[in-house]
Amino acid sequence: MSVLVEVGDLVKTYGSGDAETRVLKGLDLVLEEGDLAALLGPSGSGKSTLLTILGTLMQPTSGRHSMLGEDLTRAGDAALTEFRNRHIGFVFQFHHLLPDFTALENVIFPTAIAQGRETAGARARGEDLLERVGLADRMDFRATQLSGGQKQRVAIARALMNQPELVLADEPTGNLDRESASQVMALIAEINQQEQTTFLISTHDEKIAAACRRQIKVVDGKTVSD
Amino acid sequence: MLYAIKIAWRYLTASKAQTGLLVAGVATGVFVFIFMSALIGGLAVYLVQQTVGDISHVTLEAPSRDAGLLLPEGVEAQLVQQKARGQRDTLRSAEAFLPAISAMAGVKAVSPQIVGNGFVIRGQSRAPVSVTGVEPDKVSAIADLQSRLIAGDTVLTNNAVLVGKSLAEDLGIGVGQVIRLQSDRNVERSLVIAGIFKVGVEALDARAAFVSTATARTLFALPQGLSRVEIKLDDLNQADEFAVRLAAETGLKATPWTQGNAQLLSGLRAQANSGNLIKGFALVTIVIGVASALLLSTYRRRPEIGIMRAFGAPRGFVVAVFVLQGTLIGLLGGLLGAGLGYLALSPFPLPENITSGSLPIDVRQGAYGLAIALTTIGAILASILPARAAARVDPVSVIGQ
Ligand SMILES: Nc1ncnc2c1ncn2[C@@H]1O[C@H](COP(=O)(O)OP(=O)(O)OP(=O)(O)O)[C@@H](O)[C@H]1O
Ligand SMILES: [Mg+2]
Repeated sequence: MSVLVEVGDLVKTYGSGDAETRVLKGLDLVLEEGDLAALLGPSGSGKSTLLTILGTLMQPTSGRHSMLGEDLTRAGDAALTEFRNRHIGFVFQFHHLLPDFTALENVIFPTAIAQGRETAGARARGEDLLERVGLADRMDFRATQLSGGQKQRVAIARALMNQPELVLADEPTGNLDRESASQVMALIAEINQQEQTTFLISTHDEKIAAACRRQIKVVDGKTVSD
Repeated sequence: MLYAIKIAWRYLTASKAQTGLLVAGVATGVFVFIFMSALIGGLAVYLVQQTVGDISHVTLEAPSRDAGLLLPEGVEAQLVQQKARGQRDTLRSAEAFLPAISAMAGVKAVSPQIVGNGFVIRGQSRAPVSVTGVEPDKVSAIADLQSRLIAGDTVLTNNAVLVGKSLAEDLGIGVGQVIRLQSDRNVERSLVIAGIFKVGVEALDARAAFVSTATARTLFALPQGLSRVEIKLDDLNQADEFAVRLAAETGLKATPWTQGNAQLLSGLRAQANSGNLIKGFALVTIVIGVASALLLSTYRRRPEIGIMRAFGAPRGFVVAVFVLQGTLIGLLGGLLGAGLGYLALSPFPLPENITSGSLPIDVRQGAYGLAIALTTIGAILASILPARAAARVDPVSVIGQ
């Protein structure tokens, strides 16, 4: 197995002066290709902050961050945007689907952005993905016409659309009932198994954590156990 | 780009009522723009028509011959120049040019004339008149006397004269009656009133008499030559250029109608300027309306914009989505406003044929293309600020919500 993501001595402080909050205090973490890892830690420990940095949506205050051998702390906004599009998928606690678009249109969004239009090939892959998440009969429903669990499954399909190496999920089951939560987790495990996609999932749910092969704990701005 | 258009269109159609109102607002501004263009343009056509319709567009006269000054260089001299000479300026060579001038493109009519002053005498009454000798077949070439005739006809035989209504009333004469015409050369002729006209211009109606050139030659003792040549053009706006060309080609003095009508022209300019001001306000209103609507929309869609950015939409893509919305709104509002403007203005009669009292609106001068183009450009400019605000949305700030 080879290294996919590596962060070292990662520091993130919010604000400045008296209001300065040090959230990450020299955190180290390595994710291997094919990892299925849970990110644990008390509320406010910095899990979302770490995922945001790993997702290249925010730069760390200091420290190293590389993925697929590329040093991401030096890249500019345009390069990071393209990198995200190709290599990283997101699933958030709130589905964040585009409300005026259908399920299928939401799923193929990342590919349409890369290709400049919605190609037939992209549509075919989008339909495949929606079938796999069990929403073959909901493809042309507007995002607003879906249930919470259905929306979250659409969001997972969208995260997988461009076959990213890394999917970052921030409390993906936080808003779902037990039943839907375990369905979503089973789906993630299945995709990880079949496509070797690396998942890092922040969660407060012991069952979700137990379903992962790795458990990473953030305490006081550092990773403690693995 | 295709995908940005799709999203822009989806956003516009997602809230149909809001987009409809916005487009209607833009269309209203465009309508005002077109209405003002047609009104100001129509007024200009109408006023020029009223003023210039019955006068010469370019008049050829003999160049004023100033006495040549022969002085050795470096010598200073005081000079008194006598301007008014007893001798009359006549065009001796003009007749040779007439066929060539008539044949020039853009010339509608050419009327060689002999003019002078005199008195109409009827019993004890004497009325001063300016006498114009025209060729009998060109009576209506410059001022359309034929259509302004209220009695008699315009057949100018060698003892016929045409006078205006006011003059006829002052002297108490009618068609078929005889008057005596005495010229300032002291030649007197008895002439029969062939027709009476009413042009509506006091200078013509009260103080003008039209006779044939042959009659004028005897009255003013001018056996050959001409006093002036009046020329009417197809397009009176060409008069300035035409005069310059004629002067160069004939060596004569060519005066365009614009020279004697500076007040009219500056009035028209002032009118056009105030029209432009109103049109400018209409455009500014459009720009502000589109900008505020789009700014509101970027604010409402902040979470979505953040998500698009997270999934790899470049800033330029977000800018394109919002600028395209502005473009579509401008284009739709422009087309709608222009279409409605055309439909609303078409029933108005053209200013050339209106009866006095009604609005001189010229549907041809609605400047539809310009209105659509300026509106679209304005809407694009208006969308730049909201689009840039949208592109600056930080995904991190909206994802947590
Ligand atoms: N934009 C910000 N400005 C200032 N402080 C922030 C900002 N974002 C997060 N923080 C602070 O950073 C700390 C870590 O926040 P973060 O959201 O990463 O925690 P978390 O581990 O995801 O918590 P939870 O489990 O509740 O989601 C918190 O104390 C929070 O107040
Ligand atoms: Mg969090």
